[in-house]
Amino acid sequence: MQIYLPIAEVSVNAFLLLGLGGIVGVLSGMFGVGGGFLMTPLLFFIGIPPAVAVATEANQIVASSFSGVLAHLKRKTVDLKMGTVLLIGGLVGAALGVVVFNYLKSQGQVDLLVKLCYVVFLGIIGSLMFIESLNAIRKTKSGKPPPRKKHNWIHGLPFKMRFRVSGLYISVIPPLLVGVSVGVLAAIMGVGGGFIMVPAMIYLLGMPTKVVVGTSLFQIIFVTAFTTLLHATTNYTVDIVLAVLLLVGGVIGAQIGTRIGVKMKAEQLRILLALLVLVVCGKLALDLLLQPSELYSIGASGGH
Amino acid sequence: MKSALFSLVFSILCMAMTAAAAEEVVLGLSKDRISITTNFDGSEILIFGAVKREDAIPDGPPVEVIVTVAGPSMPITVRRKEKRLGIWVNIDAVEVDRAPSFYAVHTSGPLNEVLKDIEDLRHKISVPRAIRSVGAPDNIQDSMSFTEALIRIRENSEIYQLREGSVTVDEQTLFRTAVRLPAALTEGDYATRIFLTRGGDVVSSFETSIDVEKVGLERWLFELSRQQPLIYGLMSLAIAIFAGWAASAVFRFIKA
Repeated sequence: MQIYLPIAEVSVNAFLLLGLGGIVGVLSGMFGVGGGFLMTPLLFFIGIPPAVAVATEANQIVASSFSGVLAHLKRKTVDLKMGTVLLIGGLVGAALGVVVFNYLKSQGQVDLLVKLCYVVFLGIIGSLMFIESLNAIRKTKSGKPPPRKKHNWIHGLPFKMRFRVSGLYISVIPPLLVGVSVGVLAAIMGVGGGFIMVPAMIYLLGMPTKVVVGTSLFQIIFVTAFTTLLHATTNYTVDIVLAVLLLVGGVIGAQIGTRIGVKMKAEQLRILLALLVLVVCGKLALDLLLQPSELYSIGASGGH
Repeated sequence: MKSALFSLVFSILCMAMTAAAAEEVVLGLSKDRISITTNFDGSEILIFGAVKREDAIPDGPPVEVIVTVAGPSMPITVRRKEKRLGIWVNIDAVEVDRAPSFYAVHTSGPLNEVLKDIEDLRHKISVPRAIRSVGAPDNIQDSMSFTEALIRIRENSEIYQLREGSVTVDEQTLFRTAVRLPAALTEGDYATRIFLTRGGDVVSSFETSIDVEKVGLERWLFELSRQQPLIYGLMSLAIAIFAGWAASAVFRFIKA
């Protein structure tokens, strides 16, 4: 069944979108990530204009993270204070990101920037996760306990604040910076930034793993909601029909994925996720490195 | 007898000279309005008609028919990638002042046979003539290749189509063709022109328009997103929040 998307002005198969939403939903349920980093490139592949894909994906992430954070609030695994600090940084970052996005759009370089961001970040995160989970598997085989966290340079910074739920007493500067960088990425890449936020919270801020996902989801809701509004009011690129189709599939897929995830070992899951991230990264990198079959591209004129 | 012969020759001459005015197009469209609904999947328009004459069919080359359908024109930018620092980046750009968002040319024979170049220039019939490009910045020498690329890309995706011989003409009087409009269609008035040619000269033309517009939900959402972007954005968020809440509520219910 073909559906005409009013903002993207293309006609796509509704079942294809539901299916894509479902598959990405299954993966996001299995691995505990938003799935934006997979969905946005997939939308590029099926011919949704990049600007529309990025803005609409932000709207879809609002839905999936809101659904997730409700579950975490019930289990009291959300550090609201830390979430608020991250959020302040995140909103600043998102505003910066949209400004950068609009500037590059007028220069015709927005596709390049979005793709470069994806290649760089997916490459780094994918390789780190791959190495880390390989090491984890090796360690569990040899039976050694994982090493304990140490104090690092982050604990020497000023403006300290107590985060009760996370059991931390650290400076507000690192969480603010993490918030800003994730906000910029959210605006440019159309992702929630969970796949960057979660490792940053664990390894940089030293937060306990059980509150990380909930807190990350909490602040992602607000950052992506803000991004959606900015894109809707400045670029008119949020396609509500596309968003609804994706989130219906995504929400159902996520629940199935969660059930599959429970039956697998954490290290196996992470290795699979790492491989998936690297495959997406490789595909996008090849597009940039190999000579395209068509060197020319058509874009709307600056003035519109 | 002599005067009778003279008058016959004279009348034939007159007919040849007034042939342009003597043949007119009577046109029919299978529909003059296309509504883009949610399940819009492209559309086919049947364009048919007849050549109206007061007198008998003139001698000489047969009448040929050219049908063009043009979507609303808008300025666009064509960009070219070049390899910089190992990756392919957009470098040069050329502004094209007017390029139709859709353009179809259907003819009853090879275009260069049914239409003289001078007539093409006057009526802007062929695809390259329908695009207006004023000029490229000084640093770009080969601005022609940008317009060629524009035509190539749009022809590959069937947005621009040249269908030679797709108009059937019966008895030099009745003609018909079917124009396929793609699913990714923009709104606006689609100017539809019919040209009758003899020996490459345009002897008569006719113009009408097909109205393409979004209707219903599509129309409402599009207008809202342009005129009330803040409300549209908030509505998108409200739907997302509701869907997120509904999903968690439904699955709590299933688990319980």
